[in-house]
Amino acid sequence: MKLSELIDKIDAVVIAGDDKLDLDIERIGASDMMSDILAANLGTNSMLLTGLTNVQSIKTAVIAGVEAILFVRNKRPPQAVIDTANSHGIPLLTCPYSMFVTSGRLYAQGFTGLNGLR
Amino acid sequence: MAALKKSFQLKSRDFMHAGEASISVQNMLKQIGIEPALIRRVAICAYEGEMNAVTHGENGNFRIEVNTDKIILDISDEGPGIEDIEKAMEKGFSTATEEYREMGFGAGMGLPNMETNSDRMDIESEKGQGTRVVMRFSLSPGSRKNET
Ligand SMILES: Nc1ncnc2c1ncn2[C@@H]1O[C@H](COP(=O)(O)OP(=O)(O)OP(=O)(O)O)[C@@H](O)[C@H]1O
Ligand SMILES: [Mg+2]
Repeated sequence: MKLSELIDKIDAVVIAGDDKLDLDIERIGASDMMSDILAANLGTNSMLLTGLTNVQSIKTAVIAGVEAILFVRNKRPPQAVIDTANSHGIPLLTCPYSMFVTSGRLYAQGFTGLNGLR
Repeated sequence: MAALKKSFQLKSRDFMHAGEASISVQNMLKQIGIEPALIRRVAICAYEGEMNAVTHGENGNFRIEVNTDKIILDISDEGPGIEDIEKAMEKGFSTATEEYREMGFGAGMGLPNMETNSDRMDIESEKGQGTRVVMRFSLSPGSRKNET
């Protein structure tokens, strides 16, 4: 599903990378622990769902090859973090729901976990 | 191909810049045309090792060497050392403080991730002296752990 369509399912807004909404997302991982994301055997077209808004969430995405980040509970990272995301071309979104509700809504749309399983 | 070497000093607890050495290594490996699956493994090991040196260690030093047949990551620090290496290697074992956990560290998955993603990992550590983790990645296809 394109990021632009995914946004509607969870009432998200774009914080960074509004030129990247054509990105196709298939797999999603939810965690506030960066090593858990790095431990996932993830494929391409993946997105990270997290409540962690520091710069390490961006760097973890860059290292792991995660292509987009969605923050929950309307969290917004500081400007320096947004700048880092822009410099690596990683779109950032935020949505009003909790991790649990956001995950449930997206799961219902057919997304898989980072390893491709449901 | 001549050996390619690069090294970085790591500043302890500098979380704004932590991870930059690993991202720079990731870019370097892309530039020299290493295959993406291997870049990913090296990048994960580099980042986990860099974060460990920055969070748990002092005066970290990060070195990468790319030879014709292997890539070597050598990450050392002069921090408190690891008391029980076997225990530190267990999935989920972590001494990370609450402060670090709030930053997304402390899953106790860093060393296990490094072990899984490298072809060989050696840890030397002495309490009060520091820690050195050396990871090797074979560059000849077929000899990699993931494929056997
Ligand atoms: N360079 C180091 N110096 C001192 N202790 C270390 C070092 N690296 C690892 N350790 C010890 O080993 C433990 C396990 O390390 P590991 O990287 O697996 O997990 P973590 O760093 O605690 O959490 P995570 O990596 O999942 O964010 C650490 O909590 C720490 O006690
Ligand atoms: Mg660690």
